[in-house]
Amino acid sequence: MSAHTAIDTPRERGKDAVAVVIENVAKHFGEVQALRGFSAEIRYGRLTGLVGPDGTGKTTLMRIMTGLLVPDGGSVTLAGFDVVNDNDAIHIVSGYMPQRFGLYEDLSVMENMRLYAQLRGMNVDDIFESLLDFTRLGPFTKRLAGKLSGGMKQKLGLACALMAKPEVLLLDEPSVGVDPVSRQDLWRMVQELTDDGMAVVWSTAYLDEAERCESVLLLNEGKLEFDGPPQELTDRLKERSFRLTGVSDERRAVLSRVLNLGTVGDGVIQGDAVRVVLRKDAGREEIDALADEVGAKVEPVQPRFEDAFIDLLGGGPGGTSALAERMDEVKLDSDIAVSCRDLTKRFGDFTATDNVSFEVRRGEIFGLLGPNGAGKSTTFKMLCGLLKPTEGEAHVVGLDLRRATGAAKSQLGYMAQKFSLYGLLTVKQNLEFSAGVYGLEGAIKRERIDEMIGTFDLKQYLTTSPDSLPLGFKQRLALACSLMHHPPVLFLDEPTSGVDPITRREFWTHINGLARKGVTVMVTTHFMDEAEYCDRVALMYRAKLIALDTPDALKRDSRSDKHPDPTMENAFIHLVESVDMENEERTDAKAAT
Amino acid sequence: MKNETTNIRSGETSREQADREQASHKFNWRRLVALVRKESLQAMRDPSTILIAFVLPVVLLFLFAYAVSLDVREVRIGVVLESDAPSAQSLAAAFAGTRYLKVTPARDRREVADLVVSGKLRGFVVIPQDFDSRLASPIPQPLVQVITDGSQPNTANFVASYAQGVVQNWGAGRSGSAPPAAIQLEPRYWFNAELESRRSLVPGAIAIVMTIIGTMLTALVVAREWERGTMEAVLSTPASVIEILIGKLMPYFILGMIATLASTALAIFVFDVPLRGSLFALLLLSAVFLIPALGQGLLISAVTKNQFLASQIALFSGFLPSFLLSGFLFEIDAMPTWIQAITYLIPARYFVSSLQTVFLAGDVWAVFWPNLAAMASIGVFFFIIAKRKTRKNLES
Repeated sequence: MSAHTAIDTPRERGKDAVAVVIENVAKHFGEVQALRGFSAEIRYGRLTGLVGPDGTGKTTLMRIMTGLLVPDGGSVTLAGFDVVNDNDAIHIVSGYMPQRFGLYEDLSVMENMRLYAQLRGMNVDDIFESLLDFTRLGPFTKRLAGKLSGGMKQKLGLACALMAKPEVLLLDEPSVGVDPVSRQDLWRMVQELTDDGMAVVWSTAYLDEAERCESVLLLNEGKLEFDGPPQELTDRLKERSFRLTGVSDERRAVLSRVLNLGTVGDGVIQGDAVRVVLRKDAGREEIDALADEVGAKVEPVQPRFEDAFIDLLGGGPGGTSALAERMDEVKLDSDIAVSCRDLTKRFGDFTATDNVSFEVRRGEIFGLLGPNGAGKSTTFKMLCGLLKPTEGEAHVVGLDLRRATGAAKSQLGYMAQKFSLYGLLTVKQNLEFSAGVYGLEGAIKRERIDEMIGTFDLKQYLTTSPDSLPLGFKQRLALACSLMHHPPVLFLDEPTSGVDPITRREFWTHINGLARKGVTVMVTTHFMDEAEYCDRVALMYRAKLIALDTPDALKRDSRSDKHPDPTMENAFIHLVESVDMENEERTDAKAAT
Repeated sequence: MKNETTNIRSGETSREQADREQASHKFNWRRLVALVRKESLQAMRDPSTILIAFVLPVVLLFLFAYAVSLDVREVRIGVVLESDAPSAQSLAAAFAGTRYLKVTPARDRREVADLVVSGKLRGFVVIPQDFDSRLASPIPQPLVQVITDGSQPNTANFVASYAQGVVQNWGAGRSGSAPPAAIQLEPRYWFNAELESRRSLVPGAIAIVMTIIGTMLTALVVAREWERGTMEAVLSTPASVIEILIGKLMPYFILGMIATLASTALAIFVFDVPLRGSLFALLLLSAVFLIPALGQGLLISAVTKNQFLASQIALFSGFLPSFLLSGFLFEIDAMPTWIQAITYLIPARYFVSSLQTVFLAGDVWAVFWPNLAAMASIGVFFFIIAKRKTRKNLES
């Protein structure tokens, strides 16, 4: 109680004064140890990233800092108040935006803001104008929060959390479900707040966001792996990150070989190139030799935060997919595996997919990208026969999805979001069930199930429920279920959301292996760097296909003075903004006439 | 842009507010008003609230007023006239003349037997060939045979005893003398002289409606806040648990009272149920009944924090008991003793009996007081547990 009087008020206090003190904090839920006892400090005037894969305790720590959870051990002081003993004060000095923003969807923007203002004892009219200006929500005050886009919801959530003029602002996964353009806006707003002396904590599972924070707390499995400026972590990888270029046709094979090298800790596909991170103290002789052999060029690149994270955890998995090894080469009559023409889906007077056409070649990894609500899920569902198109047609391995839905479905494997496994069945029963739905019987069924168990190393888990599997195994099981019938086409709907980077790498090793065997892979993702694994990327925005090209071409087209070496995310923002600009010009032109 | 940000942070700082708040804290009317306002707006905008609070009650009341009837009227029976004697014919006419029976005449029992089997008739009466000689016989002999459909015991009993009544009446009328029985019973039913079940069902149905609004709706709306993550946001503001709970319940309390008034109006003006007691007593009873109803809803949602589970538990612990164990449809006195004991724990039991009294008998405070006390104590019990279960954090 008395401790806080010693701390200065925001304007008198120096920029780097301590805002939050975390001391040996631990928390468990039943048997699960969410936080394993660590200490850290968060400072005023800075954006601090609370970074880590899903399920590593970020939200638990956030809730402890806002006084919504009580730590089992250790203590946390926020702005001089103890989160347990001075709980009431914590609710006043901190602003908190929970996941999904904590908005009442059936109240309007104004009503949400008024509610939170009154709950915090603020005089409504004084602050609204500046908040509305700040968040640019002015034109939408009468709209119901449920009818806002993800980006606008997030801004409204932020406005509500800012209502109390908090000293510490806690944002729990503010960028989930928000398109890159709106994310850009949020960074700008947070920047202004920290410039003004506020301490802002931003939790995220996107490791690329960590690089934009001034300071980072990196969590993994409830432990603090790193505390400091992100550059400090990436600097450790100086002269250990390389790009192998000139391997475009062979890049998957090259990646597979690279990952099997003892000196390589991590590798991913980046457009036409392969990105490699060497293990600590390893020389570059092995990759140089490999590059010579395949005729590639090796060039050093800037390390990324994700590289550092993988390195910290001891490197990613190897490059050989046991699964792909056992698959037979896929042969099709036609070179086109999936195609759609003028595909349109309307729900009432709302058009979810508008006149989309493309063709996917055999063995291609084809990515479908877009902000939430852009129509990518609808398009995806029509392509795998889960939704009937309003107009247009779609073919899978030459079969018309309208007429031969059943036959087409037997030619494709589908892995739904969140894995969709049956928690009440055992791992073995899940495998048997999916073999059954795909019509496998007798000896073939047993053979395939044994094959999957062997390939994915599932033997030790056969009698457990999928719910209690480690994430990586859960993903393996889901993949095994969708591949039971050896389909020539595989549909993956957000396959890696909520999965840690190491598990994601293992997953892509399998997918790369399958593609090399000629399996066609259709994938939706919201991880921009994952789009780099794709041969081609289709970008959807407002129900329309706005771009379709290789990742490198998309990046090249968005090159500008501001971004000489654009990332996939830059390219995405560039494309979406140019569509918005065109639309605006069109409406302006209409208004003028 | 820079200026605006500074504006947000001008005026009283949150630290000054924190200090002031710590000194004066706890209940704050402005916050309560804000919460009540929010909840009312949500309730008005949510079509399911209107459905549950206004459409469902009307449907229920109509069902109980018209479709469900515990009265027996116009029961279809057959009368098999095997004798041609005038006396037999006059007895058959007596059967046809009553308004409680709808008679299908027949000459052969086989004609009607099939109709009983197929469920078209509830039974039949056979006036035998030797009716005249039986009637004349000095030793009393059974005059007619009554066959009933035992698969519907209530109706079967009714048919049997009523057939007997008809025969007795007919006999009495024929001889013109006093009936053989020395004492004639003339039953008189108090409070519901016509024994119309609608009159006791409609007040009872109001109790069901109030349970739905109080328990089901409340359980749903509180669980919804947990599910959608808005509870987390509200808990992170300075609002206290008491403010949040009262803010949540107040609108539904008012909604419950409005629904009571609407149902009462329907009962009186549409269904012809008399309100013999005072409106004040009715409203007082309803208000007090809402305490356990809302408390139960609150407790359910505080424990489950999940809409689906909350609605299931509300159905089984709130709706069904008040339907089956409140004495609304089934008389409590007719239940096994141990089930009777359970009914004492059901708040609707006290409310149904009070409602029936206030509608059909009048303001009998000797009945109301113990009922009010029982409802209030169960309600307070629920609230105490609910308050304990809802903490100002997310610990479960």
